[in-house]
Amino acid sequence: MNTPSPPKLPVSVAANPRLASWLKFSGDGHVVVSPGKVEIGQGIVTALAQIAADELDIDISRVRMHRASTASSPNEGVTSGSLSIQQSGRALRQVCAEVRHIFLEKASDRLGTDIDTLSIEDGTIRGPGNVSTSYWELADDVSLERDATADVVAKPAARRALAGSSVQRIDIPDKVFAQPRFIQDCAPPGILHGRVLRPEISGAKLADLKEDGARAVASLVSIVRDGSFAGVVCETEHGAEAALKALRKSATWSGGDMLPDEDDLASFLKSQPAESTVIDTRKAPSPVAIARTIKRQYVRPYIAHASIAPSCAMAQWSGNCIHVWTHSQGVYLLRADLAVVLRLPVDNITVEHMEGAGCYGHNGADDVALDAVLLARAAAGRPVRVQWSRADESSHAPFGAAMAIEIEAGLDAQNEIVGWRHQIWSNGHAARPGRAALPALLAGTEMENPFPRMISSNPPQANGGGGDRNSIPLYDFPSWVIESHRLKTMPVRTSALRTLGGQGNVFAIESLLDEIACERGEDPVAFRLRHLRDERAKDVIRAAARRAGWKPPKKPGIGHGAGFARYKNTGAYCAVIAEVEGAEDIRVRKLTLAVDVGEAINPDGVINQIEGGAIQATSWVLKERVRFDRQRITSTGWSGYPVLRFTEVPDVEVELIQRSEIDPVGAGEAAHGPVTAAIANAVFDALAVRVRKLPITRDALIAAMEQGA
Amino acid sequence: MPQIRFRLNGADTSVDADPDRPLLDVLRSEFALAGPHFGCGAGECGACHVIVGDRAVSSCDMPLWSVADKDVTTLEGLGSAGRPHPLQRAFIAEQSMQCGYCISGILMTAAALLRQNPSPSSDEVKAALDRNLCRCGSHNRIVRAVLRAASEMAAG
Repeated sequence: MNTPSPPKLPVSVAANPRLASWLKFSGDGHVVVSPGKVEIGQGIVTALAQIAADELDIDISRVRMHRASTASSPNEGVTSGSLSIQQSGRALRQVCAEVRHIFLEKASDRLGTDIDTLSIEDGTIRGPGNVSTSYWELADDVSLERDATADVVAKPAARRALAGSSVQRIDIPDKVFAQPRFIQDCAPPGILHGRVLRPEISGAKLADLKEDGARAVASLVSIVRDGSFAGVVCETEHGAEAALKALRKSATWSGGDMLPDEDDLASFLKSQPAESTVIDTRKAPSPVAIARTIKRQYVRPYIAHASIAPSCAMAQWSGNCIHVWTHSQGVYLLRADLAVVLRLPVDNITVEHMEGAGCYGHNGADDVALDAVLLARAAAGRPVRVQWSRADESSHAPFGAAMAIEIEAGLDAQNEIVGWRHQIWSNGHAARPGRAALPALLAGTEMENPFPRMISSNPPQANGGGGDRNSIPLYDFPSWVIESHRLKTMPVRTSALRTLGGQGNVFAIESLLDEIACERGEDPVAFRLRHLRDERAKDVIRAAARRAGWKPPKKPGIGHGAGFARYKNTGAYCAVIAEVEGAEDIRVRKLTLAVDVGEAINPDGVINQIEGGAIQATSWVLKERVRFDRQRITSTGWSGYPVLRFTEVPDVEVELIQRSEIDPVGAGEAAHGPVTAAIANAVFDALAVRVRKLPITRDALIAAMEQGA
Repeated sequence: MPQIRFRLNGADTSVDADPDRPLLDVLRSEFALAGPHFGCGAGECGACHVIVGDRAVSSCDMPLWSVADKDVTTLEGLGSAGRPHPLQRAFIAEQSMQCGYCISGILMTAAALLRQNPSPSSDEVKAALDRNLCRCGSHNRIVRAVLRAASEMAAG
């Protein structure tokens, strides 16, 4: 008899096999579920609760989601890369399936009935003849202090009750009823407030600091100074602000780093020492004759996370142990770096997650945690909450890396693409904590005995790549060479921002594809479909095109454009049709998207992520670039770093292609690349000008027109 | 320290505090309110919006003295889980957020709008919310929720 072989353990379970680390049954009829992934506004906690409730056959209201903490949660690394459903979701599904089976075995013993005759309804386990027990009755006699085995197979999709339904998010009521939920709202008894002094000039050293002014502040508890790191601890928040202001006035800074020319990023990126890697090559089965080549360069600027709240953290020492509350995306990774900086064993450090404002990658969350730890040393065991200013967040948190991308397409005599060379010049897109021997935390580079500033690197292509993310074409060209040049200098601090290099690469590929289709006089949607073999890819493109009525009749000043990508080439499929209106400024009127994430656990959650991604990408494309002069970041507030406003937001329609039999993947980063390209292509359709340098502002339009003329 | 009197969420109150302190700081520190949020400290993002009189204003750059004898309403005063304001119900129904940090300020701006204009158009809602930033891209859901609340209020 052929039986399907049991699945291998999901990666997060293989790393954390102990069942008890994932969930426990509490005496009051609840199940406490402990994922290692954290809520960053993406609704993950609700989706994971759905998965657990489904597999355990309990009502979702019985699920209590535990915030990730190094004290008790499985170590799932970092909440990033649209991997939370893929990793934590699969892990919880497997763990809950095994736990369910263990309880069924125990119930079978207890009730004296065959296991196959038992069923579970909202945690009550029933057998023939009206006998019953429950998870909670059995909990004392069932030990979950055992490892997962992969011997149990989770339910088939058809038997899941909650997966695939748009359960309301469990965190939203608190947020509309002003219940303290964010780390900024955390105010335990005895709380003190900290502020850190940072230079305006990038990399400047604190040469001199006079403390008299700050000492005159009535509520001052202490001033902390360690090399160029300086801060204040006060009884009150306004006291901390006043003391910081006094410190700032008395500080003398020296030195600093030279920043690039913000108006010529491509020249800067291409002139720096770099590590060059061939990412992928494809050789044509037979030699191809290239009749001509088209070479284009695409540029995207540094982009800020611009979280709506500046980063915040709280820390409290007890002897030589420290407890840290943080909105970091990786509690274990942060702990590892704190241990290096503090020269303490990791066991002395507890890092606990609390929600912050939405974060789109590696912002200042981890940095401010070390700030809080350093300031709390001077607080005699009291908790110290540190709040960065808007200017701190806008100039000291890492940015998404600027990119210069050059593609040279070889065309044959029929203008078919037969060669493709894609090169990327960019800083690395990852400098997260906890992954290297040296810490990645800002204050670590400022202390008396400083650690060197970590130069950002790129994850390997097997993990989706960094600057090279989405650079390998999904289109069936006969040959290609993809190369990445990662900078070995880093005057502007960069790390992970949503999609890493994906947005830039998809913008470049999809723009050039559109240009070639246009030159051929071929419909760009048909051109894409003709070069794709993957039916899921074609389905999203067809769905978006159909829904947008592709291609609507031409009207003056209005343009339509298409964009497509499969995130990381292995994740969610997303296609977009953009409608723009343009003259001097571009207005995006409508975005029509189709997306395939496999099994959508919470369809409205997926749609929310896609809508949000589409609107954020529109903001990146139309408005955003980090501004700097040769010494300092100058976009230190919202007026210097404008983002899309309510009156500028396009209508967004999302069609979800539900495939409940296919393992789910994340949705948070799927839209950015395709939306970027679709807008740029629609701008060409409207104005007959190709803008290859982001953002597409009035100045960029004029420059592109002049270049084209 | 002078005593400043005002009405907070419908109740008479007073506080002994430096009159130049930002209202936001006083609301969060002295009254332990978690509704108004700090975002920029410069009146540019709207996360700290509260209603003073009948207008939504930034509380981060508004000095305490300026609300003397006035009515101040924060999200805490809009409604509660037991007695939700139609806007609060609508924001849950429409799942109108991702991170939700900006939402308390947006709810206050929307509440002030609906007091002045009980049946706004979509464009009027967008115009009213233009000083509130949302970074996660939940704008369209937020507009839908405000319109939903308006029609619910109109239906009584």
